[in-house]
Amino acid sequence: MSVKHSLLAVLADGDRYGYQLRAEFEERTGATWPLNIGQVYTTLSRLERDGLVEPAGQDAANHVFYRITEAGRDELFAWFARPVTRAERPRDELAVKLALAVTVAGVDVAAIVHAQRKHALAALQDFTRVKARLDPDELAASLVLESMIFQSEAEIRWLDHVEARVLRHAREGRTLPVGRTDTPAGQADGESGTSSTSSTSSTGATPAAATREGKTT
Amino acid sequence: MTGTTILELRNVTRTHGKGAAEVHALRGVDLVVRAGELVAVMGPSGSGKSTLLSLAGGLDTPSGGEVVVQDTPLSSQSKAQLAAIRRRSVGYVFQDYNLIPALTAAENVALPRELDGLSARKARVEAIAALEEMGLRAEADRFPDEMSGGQQQRVAIARALIGERRLILTDEPTGALDTETGEAVLRLLRKRCDEGAAGVLVTHEARHAAWADRIVFIRDGLIVDESAPSQRAEDLLVDDEARP
Repeated sequence: MSVKHSLLAVLADGDRYGYQLRAEFEERTGATWPLNIGQVYTTLSRLERDGLVEPAGQDAANHVFYRITEAGRDELFAWFARPVTRAERPRDELAVKLALAVTVAGVDVAAIVHAQRKHALAALQDFTRVKARLDPDELAASLVLESMIFQSEAEIRWLDHVEARVLRHAREGRTLPVGRTDTPAGQADGESGTSSTSSTSSTGATPAAATREGKTT
Repeated sequence: MTGTTILELRNVTRTHGKGAAEVHALRGVDLVVRAGELVAVMGPSGSGKSTLLSLAGGLDTPSGGEVVVQDTPLSSQSKAQLAAIRRRSVGYVFQDYNLIPALTAAENVALPRELDGLSARKARVEAIAALEEMGLRAEADRFPDEMSGGQQQRVAIARALIGERRLILTDEPTGALDTETGEAVLRLLRKRCDEGAAGVLVTHEARHAAWADRIVFIRDGLIVDESAPSQRAEDLLVDDEARP
């Protein structure tokens, strides 16, 4: 997320001081990404240095107001016009984790998928609760919230897909692609075979084969 | 807030067929749904979700175990008594609405009350009030084919909850609706549960299940896990402070 452009966006409709900027940003985005006040002031200094904002006087309580400059306005609208590229988004730690999980012997991939799905569902429930309370007229905040709802849902669907693929992989008698090792030939295969079997039994019979025993006893 | 137990399944099993063809649709399910609570049931096709719902509403009989609706064990009831329980205590909402095409919205909603012995006039008054709550007062005298899918589903919810019924069982109620209309239906369901009804929502959509207080996962005829809100939504939000 670009703090710089977020502050410019808030300043676009009027002069504000640091705390006001933070409060306004959080209100508009449903307090989805809490801003640190120190970060607001650091960013304001940088924006001023770059000529994108300028000081606009102080009030009786010595709050320093900032105003967006023409250059700042140009920068803001150029930002709106520019699509967000994949490179600007944080790396998907979950995808990386699962990619690594299927390459490491002895890792229960099904258990990882199951735990992650449960976490994502709980998050989805949380976001839905917030949404249920939200005034439908709060368009800006509800758009951010719905983005998180759709992302959670996409994660859950992807996890279902991962589970199905790992299961199919094992059903077809293929081993999970455990990475190359320096161990003597044969040993690595043996390990991967073990890994595949163990994770499959818990996926396939279901992630919850493990839980099932716990629940029914 | 949740209250008294409205529905309880105790070690419920359901087996179809015999011998080699025997299929265990449910293999020992325990589930409690209280007043004020909406419970979602998720699971793959053939996992037993719909069987669970049919048993919960007395539409099917378990092979073993007990289903208790508002303190009444269904196994001890005669067919006539079961029919009365279904009419008075349980409301159903299905994906395809199941409204009677020859009856208006108000007549569809009033029907269970009339079958229960209420006069047609009183049943209509109740039906109109129920439709009004669903935002359908103006549609009361329309026939199902004169209404949109979302409107028909809201009529079905009104019908499911008319009278003293406190248990609402829904099977993919938003399946045939667009995203926004589906969400409006879920909001209504959620609202009715917040007001004291007990709800069971069978769905395969995580986004719909998320409206529930609890999500129960069923697989191969068994409840294998549960999920509830973490109530720590703030922990799940992206902390982006480190980014420039």
